[in-house]
Amino acid sequence: MSKQPAAVIGVGQTHHRAKREDVSMAGLCREAVDRALADAGMGFDDIDAIVVGKAPDLFEGVMMPELFLAEALGAAGKPLLRVHTAGSVGGSTAIVASSLVQAGVHRRVLTLAFEKQSESNAMWALSVPVPFNMPVHAGAGGYFAPHVRSYIRRSEAPTHIGAIVAAKDRQNALKNPYAHLRNPDTTVESVLASQMLWDPIADEDTSRSADSPAWIHGTVMRSEPTTAAERDQVNPQAGREAAAALWTQAGITDPLNEIDAAEIYVPFSWFEPMWLENLGFTPEGEGWKLTESGGTALDGVLPVNCSGGVLSSNPIGASGMLRFAEAALQVRGRAGEHQVDGARRALGHAYGGGSQFFAMWVVGAEPPAN
Amino acid sequence: MRDVAVVGFAQRQMAEFDGSPTCVELLVPILAECYEQTGFTRKDIGFWCSGSSDYLAGRSFSFVSAVDAIGVLPPVNESHVEMDAAWALYEAWIKIQTGEVDTALVYGFGKSSAGVLRRTLALQLDPYTMTPLWPDTVSLAGLQARAGIDAGLWDERAMAEVANRSLTDAEKNEYAIRKGGSSVDELLARPMYADPLRKHDCAPVTDGAAAIVIAADDRAYDAVERPAWISGFAHNADALQLGGRDLTRSPSAARAGEAAGGAGVEVAELHAPFSHQELILRGELGLGDDVRINPSGGALTSNPMFTSGLNRIGEAARRVWDGSSDRVLGHATSGPALQQNLVCVMGAEK
Repeated sequence: MSKQPAAVIGVGQTHHRAKREDVSMAGLCREAVDRALADAGMGFDDIDAIVVGKAPDLFEGVMMPELFLAEALGAAGKPLLRVHTAGSVGGSTAIVASSLVQAGVHRRVLTLAFEKQSESNAMWALSVPVPFNMPVHAGAGGYFAPHVRSYIRRSEAPTHIGAIVAAKDRQNALKNPYAHLRNPDTTVESVLASQMLWDPIADEDTSRSADSPAWIHGTVMRSEPTTAAERDQVNPQAGREAAAALWTQAGITDPLNEIDAAEIYVPFSWFEPMWLENLGFTPEGEGWKLTESGGTALDGVLPVNCSGGVLSSNPIGASGMLRFAEAALQVRGRAGEHQVDGARRALGHAYGGGSQFFAMWVVGAEPPAN
Repeated sequence: MRDVAVVGFAQRQMAEFDGSPTCVELLVPILAECYEQTGFTRKDIGFWCSGSSDYLAGRSFSFVSAVDAIGVLPPVNESHVEMDAAWALYEAWIKIQTGEVDTALVYGFGKSSAGVLRRTLALQLDPYTMTPLWPDTVSLAGLQARAGIDAGLWDERAMAEVANRSLTDAEKNEYAIRKGGSSVDELLARPMYADPLRKHDCAPVTDGAAAIVIAADDRAYDAVERPAWISGFAHNADALQLGGRDLTRSPSAARAGEAAGGAGVEVAELHAPFSHQELILRGELGLGDDVRINPSGGALTSNPMFTSGLNRIGEAARRVWDGSSDRVLGHATSGPALQQNLVCVMGAEK
């Protein structure tokens, strides 16, 4: 049996900030929802079901907050689903929402991912001692820095590659009115001169807590364990297999030339070249060469994170959905100043946990052929 | 729509699970039992989906280590909902409907005894106006029960009848943690716990995990002779604010039941953690006196959080597998005072 074709017809997002103390959780969500509904030319009455995604509930201090938000989200009297798949959740949530349409169960679905970290304390939420587990005491930066170091060693990449990514994404963010970090003076030199946080990840390399349809050509989710002796944490198998399955679904044989824009989940600059390889855009060990050549800039062969990416706004549970949404904006020609000229097909990518949960989609300006 | 059936179900419940809040130790034998029942192996499963709560586990990302129970190398197609696993089953059913996969294994887990459950669940309320008062689950259920009594919709005797039937049926359920019926008069003579609720009107705090296997079309017959074909599957939510709801009703349950087409079922497994909630649900789902309610003993005799709804669907499906029933209904609830409800109707006929 074949899927019903599905498309993104409206996108909305908030102005991302470290602390949005001017709004409640419901207010924050409505800011994005109202913009998405206006973009789609719809009201709540047109919506058949609501799918909410969010990273850990301890980030806001509310257990299953979609329950108290149901009314504000127009979900009273409707089916309401809540997805949580760690950092990939924004992507997974969009995929669950699209599957409701593809399955033929609903026609119009509203999906929303949010994080309001200023309601609670993310470091506390991540630091609860877990019985039967050795504490990592690292935070995300400390956890991922060794993966970056390993990548540098394996690929023999020059150490300034991370700074190129950080400077590019920060410059791209200036073209995105919703981005959190807006530092016009960020350059490769200023990144290299900034404070080292988790060697080799310096301060400027990290992300800050903060009617033309886009047709869905393929969606994929893959998971692997946090720890296993045979795991390659630099180039995880789940990511490689997810990408391969995605390209097949979307009928893509040469992703580097067939994808016009990519929104890839890059919370630390070095993950750009690492994911370029994991996604199959370049052979293993050569992702950094594409980055260094300027190939991932707005005017490059594969523009990556034209929105400024996770490096410029990282509202954790929403970051994945922002990647998916920005990919949709590109193929709809609605990305404003950070629009890639003539983008017809784009990738949205999210990952989570210890580089173990992956969610991706390909969207296109044309309806899918299959 | 594709024909999809429930073909495997395994469960474990206990008053206190002596293990990790991620229940990996509990999930491994449960998954093994599912493989044994269906003849499927890990490689036959196209999609995995789980339901659990970080707050119950007392940590963030509690489901992350739970995937170790699957053994996820090579990687698997997997997802998770922060809801009762009945909704994970719904996500898996949707995934099969897209045609991407033909089989799915769904599991849920929760160690309610790790904290004070009735207090933990107060964190589900409005964080600005309600949670600061810490209204606990049992007290809110007491208000709901009282509202129905005051409105003349039910009385303490009707509630005790529900409890007595459940406790009697639970004697035949090896996984029930509270069992042993007596008489309605004896139950009514027991002390009040949260007026008008007595202890037996409230589900016991329960730890546990469970899993269900579903399969499409001919794959279902590979697993079981008489699959429980899903004929209707729907869920719905109400607003949370208690002051804005008629607590004696559950409109979302009625809407879910109507969308799932629950008429004509012979057996209904209802997820009613409080005795009066069964009375509300029977009304909202239009279940007459001829419908056998909760032959497993139901949630009043064991209520593992985030699995109890899935258990209701598994218990109902078993009545189809063993030929004792042709048309059954499984129900799950979530949120305070029956805010969110799901109905899965199954039968021997496609």
